[in-house]
Formats: sequence, structure tokens, C-alpha cells
Amino acid sequence: MSRYTSGTDADRREMLETIGAESVDELFADIPEELRLGRPLELRDGLSELEVLDELSRLAAKNAHADAETSFLGAGMYDHHVPAIVDAIISRSEFLTPYTPYQPEISQGGLQAMFEFQTAMSELTGLPVSNAALYEGPSAVASAAYLAIGATGRRRLVVSRGLGPHSRESLATYSVGYGSEVIEVGLDRGLTDAAALAEAIDEETAAVFLQQPNFLGAVEDVEALAAAAKEKGALVIVSCDPVALSVLKPPGETGADLAVGEGQPLGNRLDYGGPSFGFFCATEEHIRRMPGRIAGETTDVDGRRGFVLTLQTREQHIRREKATNNICTAQALNALAGIIHLSWLGKQGFVELGELLVRRTAYARERLGAVDGIELINDAPVVREFAVKLEAPVGDVLDRCAAEGIAAGYPIGRDYPEYENGLLVALTERRSRADIDRLAEVLGAAVAEFRGSEQPRLAEGVAS
Amino acid sequence: MSEEAAPGALPTAPTSVDGGTPMQRDRATTIFEHSVEGRRAAVLPQCDVPETPLEELIPKRLLREAPAELPEIAEPEIVRHYNRISRRNFDLDTCFYPLGSCTMKHNPRLNEKVAALPGHARLHPAQEPKRAQGALELMWRLSEALSEICGLPHVSLQPSAGSHGELAGLLLTRAYHADRGEERMRVLTPDTAHGTNPASVTMAGYEVVKVATDERGGVDLDDLRSKADERTACLMLTNPNTLGLFDENITEISSIIHEAGGTLYYDGANLNAIMGRSRPGDMGFDIVHVNLHKTFSQPHGGGGPGAGPIAVSERIEPYLPRPQVIRRESANGGPAFDLDFDRPKSIGRLRGFQGNFGVFVRSYAYILSLGGDGLKEASETAVLNANHLLAKLGEGRAGRYAPIAFDRRPMHEFVLSGAPAKKELGVKTLDIAKRLLDYGFHPPTVYFPLLVDEALMIEPTETETRETLDAFTDAVEAILAEAEDDPEVARQAPYTTPVRRLDEVGASRRPVIRQPLG
Repeated sequence: MSRYTSGTDADRREMLETIGAESVDELFADIPEELRLGRPLELRDGLSELEVLDELSRLAAKNAHADAETSFLGAGMYDHHVPAIVDAIISRSEFLTPYTPYQPEISQGGLQAMFEFQTAMSELTGLPVSNAALYEGPSAVASAAYLAIGATGRRRLVVSRGLGPHSRESLATYSVGYGSEVIEVGLDRGLTDAAALAEAIDEETAAVFLQQPNFLGAVEDVEALAAAAKEKGALVIVSCDPVALSVLKPPGETGADLAVGEGQPLGNRLDYGGPSFGFFCATEEHIRRMPGRIAGETTDVDGRRGFVLTLQTREQHIRREKATNNICTAQALNALAGIIHLSWLGKQGFVELGELLVRRTAYARERLGAVDGIELINDAPVVREFAVKLEAPVGDVLDRCAAEGIAAGYPIGRDYPEYENGLLVALTERRSRADIDRLAEVLGAAVAEFRGSEQPRLAEGVAS
Repeated sequence: MSEEAAPGALPTAPTSVDGGTPMQRDRATTIFEHSVEGRRAAVLPQCDVPETPLEELIPKRLLREAPAELPEIAEPEIVRHYNRISRRNFDLDTCFYPLGSCTMKHNPRLNEKVAALPGHARLHPAQEPKRAQGALELMWRLSEALSEICGLPHVSLQPSAGSHGELAGLLLTRAYHADRGEERMRVLTPDTAHGTNPASVTMAGYEVVKVATDERGGVDLDDLRSKADERTACLMLTNPNTLGLFDENITEISSIIHEAGGTLYYDGANLNAIMGRSRPGDMGFDIVHVNLHKTFSQPHGGGGPGAGPIAVSERIEPYLPRPQVIRRESANGGPAFDLDFDRPKSIGRLRGFQGNFGVFVRSYAYILSLGGDGLKEASETAVLNANHLLAKLGEGRAGRYAPIAFDRRPMHEFVLSGAPAKKELGVKTLDIAKRLLDYGFHPPTVYFPLLVDEALMIEPTETETRETLDAFTDAVEAILAEAEDDPEVARQAPYTTPVRRLDEVGASRRPVIRQPLG
């Protein structure tokens, strides 16, 4: 067993003597007798390093991961190539093992990385203020609602059905605490219904929530949708895919007051959903209502440039019940991965990545749209993901594709019953034209095989 | 680290560095300041599909007019930049971090290795459960282990960190009372509570009611009785509390809250004190959050990631977040794991997908490594180390200038009050903390808990050696001895760090939080 402790029996004896205690038990004397466990924990005995490695490898081998098949899964997290330098840098002890930089004199590396991250996210979103990261995407959306309620004194939240289901559900969960009401506005041909949105916004509306591109992959006209919110004094909150912002007009230029989202596509592995990071950017006026940590530039007593956590009076460790958010430990290391990846892509590479995705996605949509039994859900512009409807039970089709080594996409029917047998197909730079051609072929054959079959079922059953 | 000293002599650290250390002379430059037009690192795959002009695929008015001003820099310079700035960080792999309430224990590298296995790291979160059986099994097994350690039957792994677990616990409490047709709007928190507790209370739509601390450092029972009533939704408690003291009245506290109809919430930040010795569930707690990045060895990463799973009692279970990992018998007889979304009373999701799975892998590996006995021994050693450190400090000048705030035997951490040092030496807790940096130690948590004047909160953890604890004691002794001679030494410290004391007030007054570009 590995214990990671150094104490020998001699150490223990000497230490107890220094303390003036007879035994280790005596140190636990404050725990009342009836609350002492009095038996060993019912856990297996400790294992050696190689036994743990074997056991974890055994479990890992039961997962169909993105190297074991050709994956077109997206729906919020994407199989991008993470450059080798990311792992090399973030696994350095100096980044991996420090605590939160509350002692700035010895935390300049982490603080400076936060400052750089904030600068990059501010560039991507076109908004001047960024924090140093939140947990992940959907909870960042819910944190945006908290800011909006505080800023406007209103509690009505108007939400496009194009906002991802996890974000909408998180918003509903948090709303019980906020005392807010969530009103959902539907989609019209895959895009937010502009007329219905305008109608839903009133003088009590704190914020309008959009997603760019929306959950079905379609690029929204945020500027047009934002106008109705502006008119009624509601904030415009856009949850966005940061990689799509390589080519799309930044939220800050389309009327967004806040831009938030899931940071995983920037330098973070899939990790079955986490840890990644959430980002949170805002217009200047909201700087003192921001959630989470923010690094700022300053100087030391000798005039040297340095960085500190700033505007801390917003935060829970100072402001307690009046804090702008309860967040403490966030995702510093994941945000560092994000800024390293963005630096690696660089000004040109980031645009090239976006353009490659747009073109391959256009190609894939055209290829799949031409297959008998596959219908496009809409013809709106897309960046890296698009939705189709299969004329066959999606669960059976996905099983068949998986048997051919392809994860064909994310079935959207559970989240969007109106698109029964719908499939969301995502691209990254890792999926080549040949992969797309094969997807079209295998998916087409599977649809043909199960077309008209009687018992549709969702692909969420368990191995039997 | 301080220089080698003769046996018995106190260590010394510089009080000035002529012209600055090499790192001090090296002005900080950001990655953006290394940018030179035309340079690059990334090479992307060739475009293998028609190169249609972008405006033909996406209307021009929806497209960005100018590229984002990201750095233009080649790979060697990116690596050099981040390696250089990394050296401006203090880290746990190099030095001691006696940071109270943070449990800065060793981060086993094995855990990094198993988390990086492609089956874990490259698994898409939307993979169908039947093709992610290993991940679900791991989550189920981790849940079972946390359930046993906490003494509560059900676990949700979803919350992303401690404060997220708190919010989850409070929303569970709301759902529980709402289901019973009760409206309760008050949450009691001791005045020693972590700042996240009251912040979470407000986010959950409750009102904070503070409960006083008695002269022994525990919950003031009379005050608690006067405040626990039909309006009380919950009491949030850390036990041992932030003074490092186990509240001996916990059974009484529990019955006061339960008789009033409230739930009892356990802030698990201090769970490292009691593993295998006592369990929150047995103390009467209904909801517990566990900080995997504290007790279960996930590296802190300079401020995350973490994870804050919650364990709950039977009566709270119906409201747990969606989805839950479940185990069933499969058709062929073996176990099969699945995600259960069909939870009609659930509070819903708190975040996307299944939680911080990569953290679960590390913590599960840690639990497997130690086993039940090893976890118990970890807690025992943590408590032994804390008591040893306290005793050693008390033998020296700290006994006089920074005595323990509540004179009781602590558990895994303890709180000193630097009030005498401030009064008699003119040296504040902040000065002691900053001077420790010159001696190569991370300072303790300072100015918390709030009820202790000039607080220094010290948690050594089980993974430190006796020699390290003694070296820290010597450094504190040296700092106080210096202060007796000349308090300015500490007041002006640190001297040797990459930067010295920073203007935080100015930074807040005129915030510069991004680099001006373009």
C-alpha cells in the first residue's frame, strides 16, 4: 500500500512525547465515545502502485474513447488536438501543485497566466472585462443570471431553446435559489424565434440568454435578437463556443453585455466531461459584480511590475453573504491550458482553425444531406456542428455505426423531443474528409438498414 | 530555503539583496509582449475539402472583421515563456505549505498517470453509457467509498468544488422542505464558518443567521437554541471547525437542529482530520460535501480544478442532482452501469455532463492506494503532525507572541493569535507571513477565522516529515527573534521573492485586468 507519509514508530514516540500524550488515540479524545467509528472502514486494503495502475487500466479499457473510434460527438465538448506543449507545461510542479495565489509575491507565474488568459478571452469575446475562469460552461451561464439579477433588480430570465439543455437545466436549478423565473422561447427552423423572443421580453426581464452557435450548431443573428432586449433594459447574455469566435463576430460587437461559455475546446482534454473551465466576460460597467477571481497588474514597493488578485471585495472570503458569487476553488490549471493552446494557435492559426472547421462542416453537411433517409434540420449557417434527422430509429443506427468504429453523433431526441431521431454531428480538425466520407457511407447504410423499423428507442440503454 | 545553520542555531534569511535577485531584475513580460507579426507555432492539417470563400458559407455580417489579437510566437518561445514564469511560483512539490483549511498534502504522480490513460482522458462525455462502462463503474465505486467514509448512504459526484457542493446542499434542503410544504428561510452558520458558507446561503435564496462561538471554541449552545426554530432551514457546520477543534457537543447540536426541523450540513473542508475515526453521518449530518482537492489529493493547480461531491442521508436522496450513476444486473448476469435521468424530485443539474471526472479518477486512485487503514492512518498522522507542530511552536517565542487562540488540543489544524506580537513587537500577522517567504515557507492561512485577532491558521497535513515541521518552527522562532531586535525586518519583508509587497489597493482602485493590444 502507498501511504505517502514518513513517520516511523520512533518519530511517533518522540512526537507524542513532545505533545505530552500517551497515544494517538488520546489526540482524538474530543470525539465522544459513541461517535467513534470503532471498526475499520469497509474499503479494500491499500494497493501497491502497480496494482492501482492495473486496476485503473482495467476500467479505462472498458471505455470507447476518441482514439478507439472515429468520433463525431460534440454537444458542448469537442475532440480537438491538444498540442503537446500544453501537457508538458501544465504538468510542471510549479503550475500543478500551488494553492490559489493569495500570496502574490510567490505566485507571479500563476497570476500572470491569469492576466494573459483574461486578455485572450477579452479579445475573443470583444468584451473588456474577463475573469480568471469559472467551473465550466453551464454553471457559468447560471452565474451570469446571478449577475443580471443583481444588476437589474429584476428576476425574469428569457431563454432561447437554442441554449444548450445542460445550461437551461442548470439555470432552472439555480433559479430556485435566485427566486427567478425562466421563460423559454422556441426555435423556428433551427434558429431562435425572433418574434417570440421580442414578445417574451418585458420590463421585468433581467436578461435574455442566447447561444452562439446554438445547440443545433446554427449561427444566430445575435445583433438582431439583442435589439429587443436592449429596448426593455434587459441584459444580453451569450453563451459561446470559443473556437467559433475565431471566425464569428465577437459577442461584444453584437450587443452582448456578458459572454460566457465552456472552455474545454481550448487546450483541455475530454476527460468524460471535466475538469475544464468556464469563461465569463463582461462590459466595463459590470466589473465590480463579476464572479470569481480576477488578476490585475500593479507594482511592488520597488516599482517592479507585478500581478495580484484584484477587486477581491467582490469575493466570498471577504464579502461573505454579500459576495457576488460563492465560487472559491475554480479551474486555474485548465484556464492555463487554454491560454497556452491559444498562444500556440496564435493570431493566424486560430483563424485557420475556424476556417477549416467551417469548410469541413459545410462539406459534411452537404455529404450527409445528400444521403437517402437523412434530412437536414435547417439550412442556417453553421461553424462546426449541424443537426440532421434520420428516417430510422437513432439508437439502432448509432449502435450499428459504433460497431463500425464510428461515434456518429449525439442523439438530440431526449433534449428535443420535437426532433425525434435527430442527430447532432460535430467536426474538429482531427476529422478529415476521408473520415467524413466514411461517416456518410456507414451512417447511410445504417439508416437504410433500420429505415421503417418498428420500435424506435433512444441510445441510452445499457450493455446487456 | 534558509542557509544551513549550526546545530541549535536559528536559521537566517537575507534582509536585503543588493541590486535585487536575478529574478527580481528580470522584468515580467507577458506572452503578448513577445508577439512579432508573422511568427507562429501551430501547423494545422491541410484543407482537404473545397476552399469555398467563408462569406459564401456564413453571411459576412455574422463574421468577425479582424482576427482576435492573439500572440504571434513560435513554439520554443512559448515553452520558454511559460517555463520562466512558472519559476515565479512557489509550489507544494518543492516546499512546505502549512495552509489552514486547505489540506496541502502530497499529490501522487501515479494519479496523474492514471487520469491521463486514453480511456479516461480521451473519453467524450456524451459517449453512450454502454460504451463508457469503465467510467461509470469508477464513478460508482468512488461514490461507494465516499459513502462509507462519510457514513451516509447516497452520493452525487456532480458538484465542481466545495462551494458548489454547498450550493447543492442548500438547494437540496429547499427541495426537501418544499416537498413537505414547509417554508423555512434561515440558515445558521457559526461565526467561524468559511466565507463560502454565507455566500452560498445567499445564492440559495436564504438569509444568514450567525451563531456565536463559546469560550471553548465550539458552537454556543444557548445561542443556537435561541436561534433554531421553525424558520430554520439548515445549520452549516465544519467539524472539526476552522479552529481545528472537534465540537464535543455535536450530538446535542444535531438534536437541536433536527428537533427544529432543519437539516444539518457538513462542510467537508476539514474531513482530513477524522477519516476512519468518526463519520459525519454518524454525528447526525444530513448532507456532506467532500473536497477531493483537499482530502483526496487532487493537485490544487494554482486555484483549481477541484471537485465537491456530496453525500446525503436517506431523506435527502430523492432530491439529488440529475443524472445519478446506478448499477443494475445486466442480462448476462454481470453488473451494468448507467446514468439515471428519471428522478422526478431531483433539484436538476448544477453543471454540464457528469462532473469533474478527471478529478474522480485521481481521487479513486488515491483511495485505492491507501485503503481503509491507510486513510485512517493519514488522518491520525495529520493530527499528530499538527499537535507536534503546535507543541514545538509553543516551546519557543510563538508561545508568547503568537499563542493558540483557544487553549485546547486541536485536531489536524490549529489557530494562533498574533495579537501579542502586534502589541509587544509591532509586527502584524501579515508581516510574519511575508517574512516566512524569505525563509522558504508558504505562510499559514492568515486573518481567518475572523473571530481570532491576527489569526494564523496552520495545517501541516500527514505528508510532511517531522524535520520539515521542526524547520518551520525554527523559522518562526527566527522571525520573532529578529522582530525583538528590529521589527522593521518583518515589516518590510519579503526581500528575496520574485517581486516584493505589491500595491493591491492601487490595483483595485484602477484595475488593469487585461493587456491593451493593437
